[in-house]
Amino acid sequence: MVLAALRKDFLLHWRARARLAAIFGFGSTALLLFSFAIGPSAEALRQHAAGFLWLALLLSSTLALAESFESEMQDRALEGLLLLPAPPRAVYYGKALANCAQLTLLGVALVPVMVVLYDAGTSRLPGLLGVILLGSAGLSAPGTLYAAMTSQAKAGQTLLPLLLFPLVVPVLLSAVKATSLLILGDPMGQLGSWALLLGAFDLIHWSLCGLLFGRVVEE
Amino acid sequence: MEERGATVPYALATVGLLLLVWGSSWGLFAAPGEAYMGDVQRIMYVHVPTAWNALLALTFAFVCALASLLRGGWQWDARLEAAIEVGVVLSALLCAQGAIWAKPTWGVWWDWDPRLTTTAVMVFAFGGILALRRFVDDPARRAAWAAVATIVAYADVPIVYFSVKWWNSLHQMQSTPETVSRAFHWPLRINAFGVLFLMSGLIALRTRVAALRLRSELAPPPPLRSGVAARVPAAGGAS
Repeated sequence: MVLAALRKDFLLHWRARARLAAIFGFGSTALLLFSFAIGPSAEALRQHAAGFLWLALLLSSTLALAESFESEMQDRALEGLLLLPAPPRAVYYGKALANCAQLTLLGVALVPVMVVLYDAGTSRLPGLLGVILLGSAGLSAPGTLYAAMTSQAKAGQTLLPLLLFPLVVPVLLSAVKATSLLILGDPMGQLGSWALLLGAFDLIHWSLCGLLFGRVVEE
Repeated sequence: MEERGATVPYALATVGLLLLVWGSSWGLFAAPGEAYMGDVQRIMYVHVPTAWNALLALTFAFVCALASLLRGGWQWDARLEAAIEVGVVLSALLCAQGAIWAKPTWGVWWDWDPRLTTTAVMVFAFGGILALRRFVDDPARRAAWAAVATIVAYADVPIVYFSVKWWNSLHQMQSTPETVSRAFHWPLRINAFGVLFLMSGLIALRTRVAALRLRSELAPPPPLRSGVAARVPAAGGAS
């Protein structure tokens, strides 16, 4: 049932792929703007590249997450979805997995922009992909839960970042550290412990938010 | 929801305030100054009790959220609102006191140490839940969503703490009666109970306000006066 929900959300994302392109444009613009905040010093930009990448992804994620429930609100699609003989948990995991995939794609697409703008390349591409995947999972698990609430509330566009940003501080911290270590070198071998922290956050939030989602959408 | 008088909460808050005045004046004037930090250290007499009670208030909010989800009942929702609000105020006070203490001691207002940063994150996370409550009109949804958000935010606090701890660490060790000299014990204890009583009184008062608001929200609309009622079907007719 999770797979069916995932298929539906992938189909939704695919049919609205112009939206993903627009969010990518937003993320790239953010990356471009961050360099103006620091100034044209190549060394400083390289030092902060990982932080900028994750800030750009975090800002873009609020757009992507909010959009993912926007379509469910049209014609009361969510209510119809919940009437199906499937637990709300399946709806949640399907949507959260689709959001995670979308954010991972977005992160991977933003990496070349970061490399070009900040001269911050890394040869450890599988490691970088892993960190982006873990970080996207960390953003999408609570993000999907909160988007389900804020899409139905007044001023939802403001509320989502307000609720989500303080919560994902550990994701931002550990993902930035891990990415930084990949770009600037990791002489102390600390990458593993940051990845572990990300993994622990993911584990806790993927199980907790899935457990609570039913109470968010029930009438 | 039965309506109860506010005598007990007011009494609790008054006892708390009196204890705070007693403990603080002891701490300010009677207790000896600290060997290295001097008078700056005296902020400990309010800082440490605030920290304990802020955590206590938010833990109580977590318990209320669990009870509200598992057992239901509007009283738990009212308690949840009160506990989060008092917890956020105490956490914000904690940040302010920490900054005031940090300036003369560390030379900066703010430091990215685990406890200070976690407290700031707590203020924003639980403050966000208060904002969420304001933007949801349906009381049933508001209760469920606030409870869910409280559980997620509370579970997040230890992860934030450990991640910031790994990221950077400078704060001095926690102050408990074991780590501070015997001369500092009494004012610290009196103030801890002072803040505890004040907090309990404020939470009880705020619960009462929230419960009364809920009752007026849930109450059926007042019956129309006969003159108006007679005109409504003729004017409407759309139903």
